[in-house]
Amino acid sequence: MKDISELKFPENVRYTKDHEWARLEGDVVVAGISDYAQDQLGDVVYVELPQVQDRFENGEVFGTVESVKAVSELFMPIAGEVIAINATLSDLPERVNSDPYGDGWMIHINPSDPAALETLMTREAYLDMLKG
Amino acid sequence: MITMRFFPHTPEQIQQMLTVVGAESLESLFSGIPEECRRLREMNLPKALSEWALNRHMEDLSAGLAVSPESKIYIGAGRYDHHIPATVSSLKSRSEFLTAYTPYQPEISQGTLQAIYEYQTLAARLMGMDVVTASHYDGATALSEALLMAIRKTRRKRVALSSLIHPFYRRVAQTYLEPAGFEILELPFLENGLTDLSPLEGATDIAALSLQSPNFFGCIEDLKAGGQKAHETGALFVAGFTEALAYGLLKSPGSQGADIVFGEGQSLGIPVTFGGPGLGMLGCTSEHTRNLPGRLIGKAKDMDGKDGFVLTLATREQHIRREKATSNICSNNSHCALTAAMYMASLGKSGFCDLAKLNHDKAAYLRRQFTDAGFRIPFSSPFFNEFVVEFPEGFETTYQRLVEKKIVAGLPLSTFYPELSVQYLFCVTETTSREDMDALIQEVTS
Repeated sequence: MKDISELKFPENVRYTKDHEWARLEGDVVVAGISDYAQDQLGDVVYVELPQVQDRFENGEVFGTVESVKAVSELFMPIAGEVIAINATLSDLPERVNSDPYGDGWMIHINPSDPAALETLMTREAYLDMLKG
Repeated sequence: MITMRFFPHTPEQIQQMLTVVGAESLESLFSGIPEECRRLREMNLPKALSEWALNRHMEDLSAGLAVSPESKIYIGAGRYDHHIPATVSSLKSRSEFLTAYTPYQPEISQGTLQAIYEYQTLAARLMGMDVVTASHYDGATALSEALLMAIRKTRRKRVALSSLIHPFYRRVAQTYLEPAGFEILELPFLENGLTDLSPLEGATDIAALSLQSPNFFGCIEDLKAGGQKAHETGALFVAGFTEALAYGLLKSPGSQGADIVFGEGQSLGIPVTFGGPGLGMLGCTSEHTRNLPGRLIGKAKDMDGKDGFVLTLATREQHIRREKATSNICSNNSHCALTAAMYMASLGKSGFCDLAKLNHDKAAYLRRQFTDAGFRIPFSSPFFNEFVVEFPEGFETTYQRLVEKKIVAGLPLSTFYPELSVQYLFCVTETTSREDMDALIQEVTS
């Protein structure tokens, strides 16, 4: 596992305490897991994603991510409807490791309340949490 | 006097333990359990017997049973009296196989792991599946887990079960599903002894269609049609069997469109005994692997690049995922699975097919004797080693007379299907001799 200083935490996404990230792109919120989360999990071998049109509350489990070490729950960073899933992860789950904020994205959400994104952690707040 | 000699704790030890946990008495220790969940009456057990008296008691009890080969038993219905080769009995008794439990440590368990892997491979070929688990309790639990898989996968809450799936299996499935809020749609049977799929017409909320073939009447279902029907409605096709040997002759369920296959493997070298233990066989196509409950053994490479065997995909299992596991009944009948592997390997592919053919030929012989003697065979569909015969009213008297002569003339279907009051299910295996069958016909016609 890497030191926090070696991991990437972009400014343009928000973070949850469960290590998901969320980024507003137009009206859509894109979500995945942070560089810290993927580094902790190790090699990701399987990602179980919801179905398009599934609706979840904030904090609800929307899927699981399985690494060689463990299976972890994925929690909704914001309430809303799933409008797209990253189907390429079924063949290339390692993208979660190699590019967690890009090709390793997991779902697109049509948020019930886009403003709720502001309540998530900024890069600074997330780094503070990680450093304890 | 020694009472409760199998309870390991003395009253003093119990008192010590109660003191440590701060409970005044056993009664107060258990006070957290609601009264309606507790047995408040005395157990009312008979007095303990000496070992010799107990042996005598058990012998008296077994004397009241009809046991093969002393009795000629024409009942299969889920348990099949097949010959067990001496190689199997000898191999399975080796202490290495008897002592091993879950082989968590691959570095000390290669023999057990490889043996289970071989079972998975042989079972996968028999069932026509990509992946097969290292076993469940029995066919009924395998069916229930298969249905739960389909429910998870499709997110639908209803399953359609053929009424010609073994009645006990359906009861177990009911126990699994109904308290969890899932519904079972039972499909009736047609005049030809096959399942009526028409209630599925237009259904859009079915998670699984499940058929057993050969079914409880011994008839071979059209699995291909079942698979097509299931997939038309967006359901998974769950096909299975109680008589694994049938697939020495029949096309595998997987090759006919099954997504998940369940089965009972008792026929594969496991004695009939008193109904157990069995071997729950469960497999699926690779698409559903991560949804599969229970143990899986995989083949891997060690540091030096040599083949090795390990528990695999264990992240689905309860010792890692706790309450989120794909099933919390992951105990398995590993020794029965090993026995099945030894049995299949002992017979080999051609031996297995020959034995299946012998079963069918013998059953066909008896069926022909019945028709020649003027009895009606109510279901015309093709069969493997079981078939139904219709007798005149009042056959019970003959049946009882035959039992006294140590012949059990089939299973009265009225036990499970009240409308079939004069129909009896017969089973013939390789162990049934022609002389015995001729004697049976003589008796029922006299």
